[in-house]
Amino acid sequence: MKKQYLALLLAPIMSVAADDPPKVSAQEFVNLQQGETAHEGFRRAHAKGICLSGEFRSNGQLASYSKAALFETGSMPFIGRFSVAGNNPTAPDLKAPVRSLALSFAMSPTQQWRIAMNTPPVMAVKDPHTFYQQIQAIQAGPKAIQAFFAEHPESNDFLSWKAQYQPSGSFAAETYNSINAFYLVNSKGEKQAVRWTMQPTVSVSAGNLEGVDALHQEITNRVAKENVIFDWVFTLANEKDDENNPAKAWPDSREQITAGQIVITGVTPQLQGECHGINYDPLVLPTGIEATRDPILRARSAAYAESYRRRAKEALMGELEEQGNE
Amino acid sequence: MSNTQKFSLSMRLFHWAMAALVISMLAAGLLMVRSLEPWQLSILTVHKAFGVVAAVLVIARLVNRLFHQIPALPGDLSSLQKFVAKASHWLLYLLLFAMPISGYLMQYFAGRPIDVFGWFRLPAALNVDIENYAIFRELHGWLAIALMALVALHVAAALHHHFIRKDKVLKSML
Repeated sequence: MKKQYLALLLAPIMSVAADDPPKVSAQEFVNLQQGETAHEGFRRAHAKGICLSGEFRSNGQLASYSKAALFETGSMPFIGRFSVAGNNPTAPDLKAPVRSLALSFAMSPTQQWRIAMNTPPVMAVKDPHTFYQQIQAIQAGPKAIQAFFAEHPESNDFLSWKAQYQPSGSFAAETYNSINAFYLVNSKGEKQAVRWTMQPTVSVSAGNLEGVDALHQEITNRVAKENVIFDWVFTLANEKDDENNPAKAWPDSREQITAGQIVITGVTPQLQGECHGINYDPLVLPTGIEATRDPILRARSAAYAESYRRRAKEALMGELEEQGNE
Repeated sequence: MSNTQKFSLSMRLFHWAMAALVISMLAAGLLMVRSLEPWQLSILTVHKAFGVVAAVLVIARLVNRLFHQIPALPGDLSSLQKFVAKASHWLLYLLLFAMPISGYLMQYFAGRPIDVFGWFRLPAALNVDIENYAIFRELHGWLAIALMALVALHVAAALHHHFIRKDKVLKSML
């Protein structure tokens, strides 16, 4: 009799445990991202990219929501980076499924902000351990990833975005999303959950692009002629939205606020640029912006740190070797 | 040599407070560099803030030590043992100081300001320096291993004094 009760009590726990993916560490995660042979000195994910310089021109609209000095009316310079997904720094641009924009604001020695954004507006999964399985499935091929999505209904919002997404012909013409939600905190201590997007101000068709470095060449030529501008648009969650679930899209009806414009005025190849040394860990936040409990957001610091530690050590060893040879 | 039998109360408090802090910090450090769990960010934030506390404590502790006599080592220790005892204690102080300093400098060169319990923030470099980051990141890791080894030696020696030599060395810190 007692045993039966015990079995009843344990049943839900055991069924949950059976569905849970095995836990992976930051090291295992980065090992999977970097693949069999690491490209030394490069980021383990989004290895191929280009450094940007420019400024954020704030219109002051967000200042009542966050006490971050950045949102007061005025301008703030940044060091940014366009990149494509993947671990190979020489891979063809147009094969990458995801394009990215990262920004680093060093407002003062005590207030800095790193932002990492991608073209998809949501994750396909809700936690880092399932994300690990998703990357394994991507690496295993189309059949494996189809089977993965079939087993993970939470990927629906991601799949409907993917079905309608048409890659553009320029880094300048993509929409980049925070994906994870953050809290804006104002001087009264009020918190508002938000996501944000960088919305392009040009449209460019992908028609006549070619070559391994097609997107990198295009953006270099474009910035030589004109500034590249994005509108920085924040979407405010309401009480129906779960800010801790990065796989769920928020309805289009949510209030949006444009905080200003991101103006890119220069590009530099990454090995000569300042962006190469920066870890775009989105958990480096200024006062006035806080992390949600989103499990994927919370996993990013440890994974980024592991990738950064590996390539920093390689950069140092390379530098020492060079000095030894001179 | 002094006739003091016991460490002063303030020295004992410093010792045990820092023992608890150092063990917690080492455990937190080992966990947070591996974990992808949601509490990782919380532990990371607390680890950095308590690192600042540790740096302040070790300075206060050294100053406090200047004003107090400490019990003499047992007279029957060989001069080699006395040397090892003294050297290991100064090395412990050095590591207790080098750990927070290397931890802060790796954050500094990575451009990551340190938030101390929401009271204030320690500054970070405006221009990131990845090679200096690498030096202090690797140093922080190696120093942590050295500190764990030295703490193990320190505990083993205290137990050796108490249970095998049956002298008053351990009791002088209780």
